[in-house]
Amino acid sequence: MSLFNVFDISGSALSAQSVRLNAISSNLANAEVVSSSEESAYRARYPVFSSALEFAMDDQQGVGVQIDGMVESSMTPRKEFSPTHPMADEEGYIYMSNVNSVEEMANMISASRSYQSSVEAMNTTKQLIMRTLNLGR
Amino acid sequence: MSFVDQAFGASPQALSILSKRSELIAANLANADTPGYKAKDIDFRSALAAAKNERAGSMMASDKMHISNSAIEQSIGYRNPTQPSMDGNTVETDREHAAFMENSIRYQASLNFIDGKIKSILLALRGE
Repeated sequence: MSLFNVFDISGSALSAQSVRLNAISSNLANAEVVSSSEESAYRARYPVFSSALEFAMDDQQGVGVQIDGMVESSMTPRKEFSPTHPMADEEGYIYMSNVNSVEEMANMISASRSYQSSVEAMNTTKQLIMRTLNLGR
Repeated sequence: MSFVDQAFGASPQALSILSKRSELIAANLANADTPGYKAKDIDFRSALAAAKNERAGSMMASDKMHISNSAIEQSIGYRNPTQPSMDGNTVETDREHAAFMENSIRYQASLNFIDGKIKSILLALRGE
């Protein structure tokens, strides 16, 4: 019955969006991390979504989401002149993370909206199944 | 069996099409952030017309490697986006929400029709 597939599909979306929320909270938590070289500076991480095609063979047209991997932002970390900082290099520079907090907040809103719409789809489907089970009562 | 089929009219076929459609729309909502995903939907009119003709006995896919020729799956098409996005994703979450809501109301309407039929058949059988 196709209605039960909705739980698989929406469930995959919930787990994908929660991985995204995890990445966002990690980015926000590390936004103020300072390091003493450009290579070791924290870089923002983002999940890459793709359609989970293994479902598609199974007489099922709707496909769920899966996470293909994580990518690191390629933006160059911010360099600041602060010779008194304990992490400063020989020239007196510290390297901040390349996380853009405003971007992360917008990303978080988008992720939580997507999470909400999948939850709503699951709730509605549950009601439909319960009503189908109660036919003729 | 034919009595039951006639009593319920097109509602059972409508229910199976509508449940397939809710699966597709849930997949569209799930893939709202997937780059390159193309939103799908069912043309209800042609799916119902084909499902009515299918009753007489047609070929079926008995293995998951078979290409399905079911009426519902032949009526699946891709949605025309009004605002295509840069990453090739054609899901418009607002439209999908509206479609999902509309679909679930139609499903409940079909359930109500079947429920009414069941109740009237039971009434006739009891003769109270």
